[in-house]
Amino acid sequence: MRIVAKGLTYTYNPKSPFASQALKGVDIVIEEGEFFGIIGHTGSGKSTFVQHLNALIRLTGGSLTVGDYDLADKKCKFLELRSKVGMVFQYPEYQLFAETVEKDVMFGLKNFHKEMKEEEMRTAVREALERVDLNYEEVKDKSPFELSGGQRRRVAIAGVIVTRPEILILDEPAAGLDPLGKKEIMQLLHAIHGSWCKTVIIVSHDMDEISENCTRAAVFSEGKVVMEDTPAAIFCRSDELVSLGLDIPVTAKCARLLKERGIEVQTDFTCDDFIGRVLALWKERGKADAQ
Amino acid sequence: MEAVRFENVKFLYREDGDYAVNGVTLTVGEGEFVAVLGRNGSCKSTLAKLINALLVPSEGKVTVFGMDTSDEKKTFEIRKNAGMVFQNPDNQTVASIVEDDIAFGPENIGVPREEIGRRIDFALDAVGMQAFRHMTPSRLSGGQKQRIAIAGVLAVLPKIMILDESTAMLDPKGRREVMDVIKKLNKERGMTVILITHFMEEALEADRAVVMHRGEVVMDASPEEIFSRAEELEAYNLTLPRAAYISKKLAEGGMPVKGAFNAEALAEEICASLQKA
Repeated sequence: MRIVAKGLTYTYNPKSPFASQALKGVDIVIEEGEFFGIIGHTGSGKSTFVQHLNALIRLTGGSLTVGDYDLADKKCKFLELRSKVGMVFQYPEYQLFAETVEKDVMFGLKNFHKEMKEEEMRTAVREALERVDLNYEEVKDKSPFELSGGQRRRVAIAGVIVTRPEILILDEPAAGLDPLGKKEIMQLLHAIHGSWCKTVIIVSHDMDEISENCTRAAVFSEGKVVMEDTPAAIFCRSDELVSLGLDIPVTAKCARLLKERGIEVQTDFTCDDFIGRVLALWKERGKADAQ
Repeated sequence: MEAVRFENVKFLYREDGDYAVNGVTLTVGEGEFVAVLGRNGSCKSTLAKLINALLVPSEGKVTVFGMDTSDEKKTFEIRKNAGMVFQNPDNQTVASIVEDDIAFGPENIGVPREEIGRRIDFALDAVGMQAFRHMTPSRLSGGQKQRIAIAGVLAVLPKIMILDESTAMLDPKGRREVMDVIKKLNKERGMTVILITHFMEEALEADRAVVMHRGEVVMDASPEEIFSRAEELEAYNLTLPRAAYISKKLAEGGMPVKGAFNAEALAEEICASLQKA
């Protein structure tokens, strides 16, 4: 499902003293199959935007289509849309509530597919839990509170992907995890992206995460999309990012400092590429000197 | 003087369980800035709670400025000296106005009214939030809320500040704000700081880093030294700061770079090697 937004606007608390315009005309196209990153500092409108994608926030200005669903149309099948656009909030493990893991993961399924038989649901839950690398038999009857933080986050993700959404949106999926936990969650998202959800969209403050993982990304600032491109192209414009008050990956910081000293490193800003390029540069200089 | 001392401390959450903290011996001097690292579940938070007597050891002894945490008569005095800031800023506000929120701590320990006013001033100045005195905490950003939480702890005038992943839920700007405040308190006021964190970059700002693994202290040195022992860190499921990782890989590729811990040092090293080449 392709996402196309044109001139999207949204105001919180309209017509009140607390009115604040969160989106001021967002134009963006996210193709099916992308691993898309959304960057922007707090209050830039990125959360407001992603909540539009499965109609948690109803469209009030501009146009938005997700696949064949036209969100401006009041007759749009919102429930069906929500089962196809899964949303994982920040710290989703705090939203687990059922007494067992199985019941928790099944909750979404029960709401979206009332016609499904119990047995089918169990199979779906098993598959979702296995997809997030949890052992179904081991965890299904446990209380979510008996699990570790990382495991709970996986259960929460399973609870969303269980409806087989085509688009999976995650708000800061790796926040609060230790370095290894972060790496594992990102690996998991790539595995889900390949096999389960066609499109994955992550909202992240961690620029290294964006540069290492995303096919394309959009930078939000003051309710608008100010850049939409591959991470490599975005981080080439690091001066602009810095002036927007955003962080840049360590590789981009370093490349910028080197450039000031007249050393150009052509890189896509992923760690491995940067290392390779710098080593190549060094070998080249060595050779030039030897001649 | 010693601010905190752990003597072969063991701690059990359940009688029939394994030791969560398993034989920790550690001292933190007054005015030190110590970062505590370790993967999820390595009992970093348990360690923190043992300091201000939210938990008491099952075996061994924890003392704060010489006071034994298992002595209930001392609990109050210990908590006055060791303030704690937690992860979620939304869970740490009690009042609907910033200054009332900061007054909560001193009110509880019976500080006289005029003195409370002075302490609110002092605490808000220390975290740079004087302008927000009459605002509602719920309308502040995450970084601002955490600074208010820190101010609330400061108003009790503790000598030790324990931060349990207090920057984890913040965006990079909020994290910077909180780290700047912590460093300032440490440098200018000699506050003893114990910072529990998953961000390796934050650990670099401390004087000393302690790595916990399975309830034990497995590394205890300067952050620079800790990050030069990459293999060991890996065994404890920790990673290098990204700049350090890059400099290590460059060195492995044969380039004569020394370990660099931030982008500036890394650029410096790369530049120097290229000029030598």
